Amino acid sequence: MSTETETATAVDRAGPTGAVPAPRRGRVGRPTLSEGKRAERRLGWLLCAPAALVMLAVTAYPILYSVWLSLQRFDLKFPDEREFVGLANYVTVLTNDYWWTAFGVTMLITVVTVAVELVLGMGLAVVMHRTIVGRGLVRTSALIPYGIVTVVAAFSWRYAWTPGTGYLATLFGEGAPLTERASALAIIMLAEIWKTTPFMALLLMAGLALVPEDLLKAASMDGATAWQRFTRVMLPVMKPAILVALLFRTLDAFRVFDNIFVLTAGANETSSVSMLAYNNLIRGLNLGIGSTMSVLIFLAVAIIAFVFVKLFGTAAPGSTDEGGRR
Amino acid sequence: MAASDTTVAAKWRWGLLDVVVVVFALVPVLWIASLSFKTTGTLTDGNFVPREWTLDNYRTIFSTNQFVRALGNSIGIALIATAVAVVLGTMAAYAVARLDFPGKKALVGVSLLIAMFPQVSLVSPLFEIERSLGLFDTWPGLILPYITFSLPLAIYTLSAFFKQIPWDLEKAAKMDGATSGQAFRRVIAPLAAPGVFTTAILVFIFCWNDFLFAISLTSTERSRTVPVALSFFTGESQFEDPTGAICAAAVVITIPIILFVLFFQRRIVSGLTSGAVKG
Repeated sequence: MSTETETATAVDRAGPTGAVPAPRRGRVGRPTLSEGKRAERRLGWLLCAPAALVMLAVTAYPILYSVWLSLQRFDLKFPDEREFVGLANYVTVLTNDYWWTAFGVTMLITVVTVAVELVLGMGLAVVMHRTIVGRGLVRTSALIPYGIVTVVAAFSWRYAWTPGTGYLATLFGEGAPLTERASALAIIMLAEIWKTTPFMALLLMAGLALVPEDLLKAASMDGATAWQRFTRVMLPVMKPAILVALLFRTLDAFRVFDNIFVLTAGANETSSVSMLAYNNLIRGLNLGIGSTMSVLIFLAVAIIAFVFVKLFGTAAPGSTDEGGRR
Repeated sequence: MAASDTTVAAKWRWGLLDVVVVVFALVPVLWIASLSFKTTGTLTDGNFVPREWTLDNYRTIFSTNQFVRALGNSIGIALIATAVAVVLGTMAAYAVARLDFPGKKALVGVSLLIAMFPQVSLVSPLFEIERSLGLFDTWPGLILPYITFSLPLAIYTLSAFFKQIPWDLEKAAKMDGATSGQAFRRVIAPLAAPGVFTTAILVFIFCWNDFLFAISLTSTERSRTVPVALSFFTGESQFEDPTGAICAAAVVITIPIILFVLFFQRRIVSGLTSGAVKG
């Protein structure tokens, strides 16, 4: 959050006249900012201000407002009973079985899908990068799951598994797979994996492109097997790309909502935390509880991101300063 | 990966892998298309390929206000959000890629935070804020969050593109007396057009795809987008199965995606990969 306030002040300082505080280190030999340099700063701030303002206005303020809402009893069905209740909502949510079931489901989906996607995505990345026939065809096909509307794909999977209608419904014998918890969760994960493996693969392919061809050839001549070339040469070079892909996919998977909404609507304990928050808010119109869940999800995501960024070290995107002038 | 790569056997191996990928990617899409062409009688036969073909489902959805309005909303909202996000993103990305100013790192940091932000956390406060501002169930009510969440994508992708543009051209323009602003408009903007276009496609796909905001921040046909309308489809009477109509509508909103992917595959791949690693 400290970075956000920094931009806010930077934006403020850009002000109408762009009054940049002149550098006060007026020591001899240290030139003050030239006119051109100052104009550049002003232009930089002016160009960034709209984007920064929109991003902060639509996220920073609402999340703070969300914290405020989460401290109140606030049910739109009983608006008169609105009052400040401190942390009572948090106690309610954190001692609730539905919350922990949904949390478990979300974690399960996140861990399984990201793990499977990493393996499949790596395979797909290698195919997209190295195939010697039909490279364009493979890349084009792989982009379709990435681009397709999640809800559309979810309906396709739902009808595929609907008894009577679907081509997959009788695959594992009679019964309705979407109405049993284990099989329904498996189908949700299948739908997630199908949809997002190409994205993972594209991020990994970017890393794959950084692996020097000479190094692979040299390793090959030194008698390294394909597996050794993969683990000893490619993986180390690709590590930053892998971490970026894992971070983005993990956070994305944790937000799973669309597929569950369409496939099971959260029936039979298949709700994710997003689904539960949505149900409390839009179906239940309970802003207090809904906001509490929002804040908890935000914290969970922040913790995941923090752990990853610790792993990243300096490899985090944006931390390199190559864009700077000179 | 030596010379053996070019042998016939290697070609077959890669070809086989290609087929696996293509089938894996296309089957769900073909399936929903197939359902959309089935007649009411054969809808539940479980056959992958329709036994009887019909366009009835398409006629049905285009004759209902529910779908036509939603399609208009989807197109309008996605186009406006894309236009605004690309303009703001281009400005910011130019500054990030080319200019030196304090607060640049903070901007990149904020973008990264937003890219990781759980959208559901915004649903409850935005629901309440938009209700009090009168933005609930309006186009701007959806356009604003879409712009916000596509800006990080736009800034990363565009600044990666901008960094590849040759520096000297801008310097030359400045030496000829152009200001930074003129250098931006006259020299960099035309060179950057392909990158901007690619970013626009990615942002459009993102807005077109959204479901969570669309279902939480709308309540009527006034601003419901197609993904949401789909989930509310019912038959004309309660005894009618909406499956065919849902599938037809699903196919209609998949068409733009297929077109983008077919015509701009190279751009989309380069946009996604460059923004990811070099950003």
